[in-house]
Amino acid sequence: MAERTQKQKTSTSRTEDEVVDGAPATTATGEKLKAELDDLLDEIDDVLETNAEDFVKSYVQKGGQ
Amino acid sequence: MAIPKVCGIETEYGILVRGADNNPVTASSLLINSYLAAHTRQRVSRIGWDFEDERPGNDARGFSLDDALAPEIETHLVNAVLTNGARYYVDHAHPEISTPECRDALEVVTFDRAAEEIVRMSMVAARQMLPDGAEILCHKNNSDGKGNSYGCHENYLMSRETPFGRIVAQITPHFVTRQVVVGAGKVGCELPGASADDVPFQLSQRADFFEEEVGLETTLKRPIVNTRDEPHCDASKYRRLHVIVGDANMSEVATYVKVGATAIVLAMIEDDVLGDDLVLANPVGAIRAISHDPTLQRSVALRSGARMTAMEIQWSLLERARKYERSHGLEAVGDEVGADVLRRWEEILTGLEHDPDSVADVVDWVAKRRLVEGFAARHGARPGDARLKALDLQYHDMRPERSLAAKVGLRTVADPDAVRQAITDPPTTTRAYFRGRCLQKWPTDIVAANWDSLVFDVGRDPLRRVPMMEPLRGTADHVASLIADSDTAAELLARLGA
Repeated sequence: MAERTQKQKTSTSRTEDEVVDGAPATTATGEKLKAELDDLLDEIDDVLETNAEDFVKSYVQKGGQ
Repeated sequence: MAIPKVCGIETEYGILVRGADNNPVTASSLLINSYLAAHTRQRVSRIGWDFEDERPGNDARGFSLDDALAPEIETHLVNAVLTNGARYYVDHAHPEISTPECRDALEVVTFDRAAEEIVRMSMVAARQMLPDGAEILCHKNNSDGKGNSYGCHENYLMSRETPFGRIVAQITPHFVTRQVVVGAGKVGCELPGASADDVPFQLSQRADFFEEEVGLETTLKRPIVNTRDEPHCDASKYRRLHVIVGDANMSEVATYVKVGATAIVLAMIEDDVLGDDLVLANPVGAIRAISHDPTLQRSVALRSGARMTAMEIQWSLLERARKYERSHGLEAVGDEVGADVLRRWEEILTGLEHDPDSVADVVDWVAKRRLVEGFAARHGARPGDARLKALDLQYHDMRPERSLAAKVGLRTVADPDAVRQAITDPPTTTRAYFRGRCLQKWPTDIVAANWDSLVFDVGRDPLRRVPMMEPLRGTADHVASLIADSDTAAELLARLGA
């Protein structure tokens, strides 16, 4: 399975990185993710539902299983 | 030895109509019919689901409520069988896809991902049927934030010889604590009386909805262990453990570890090596307490009187699984996949222990919490702010351009080509192969299908039912050449001696 592990492309169009398999999660990963999160928060206004309040209010589901 | 853990996932998607009448039952039917019309050779609803062997009221503890319960499945609703061996249907007021029977956790991820693609294709196809500007939105989540929940169920093949009481007692600690690894995260709390200030964020979509330790219900007073005894195969040999306690995951790795680790723990229970020492004093209280504590520090009481955190219980289960791997092997869950699952399970626990943010690329609740906390810090949003709940909902949005899960950099495990193929082709490793290939080759000769049979209409003879009572018969190894060599369904039936 190791060779199948891939880094999914983020919306910030970063190049795909091979994740080193078997390595424990590292601080470097944490730093990289933080930078990505900042980028994502930058663009989130375009992605978020325009009227969050109305959207959340209208999101009513019937119960299921 | 434990029997092969044939497994699958059934997911009910949240559904919302914009710009047209928001009736979830009608919308779910339209969604599925649009897909069938646009992407399959089936005439809509031509191949129906066969309810002959459905017994959702049978209880694994040995009694039946079929007479007392209203029929759970309304037969007039859309109910299709796909050529990949999956079932795509309207359940209650949601579109639901059950993956075909899979041989291991990697196949489950592949077919769960294919199911997501099918839902996306359905949303696009449904747009053509709706007024201009109207659309159907689907979310792969489990709650609307207003107290309504819908499920993502797992199924595992178990030996009938394993005492059900042992399964209940020994799997419950895993079901209560695995949310630290595979919870999908939720903004707020849906317990009556709890406010967003009490629980601004929790690990699980579903934990607020579990009220019993064990029982038959799935829609009310949900139990942590569901007792539905409906094996969809030879009932004298097998059970199907129907697991209703999980969240729908956006992270492929989470789905992988959820199914893979659970299959291993069930194999250990079947081989009676797990033991009773992790049995919890109060599982219902514990599942909520653990979900409501993203610091992962809260301990819960065991029946022995000891207290452990969810992390400690998960570590203990992982250590036992490692030992089991050495003593028994992992053939029941697939050796290679089983070993990979253990490695990833350990990576996640290690990450959660040292720096939870380091597993934000595999653990859904961590990925979601970073998003929510980052947004809250930047915009000064307080608990209860609608924008935070909108972020939560949108994490699960099936529209690729709106899905926040698609933007947080989640790692993947399924081969993208295998996912594409799984939209139309069945797994080769289970009886789903026979179901799927027959539907591909003879769509007009099959009048009904369900998990354990296909019903053929080949003209002048009476309808012919082909039973498939063994989940691991009807694989590509068994029937690929038989199907290839048969020009007609009648020829296939003759060769099968049906």
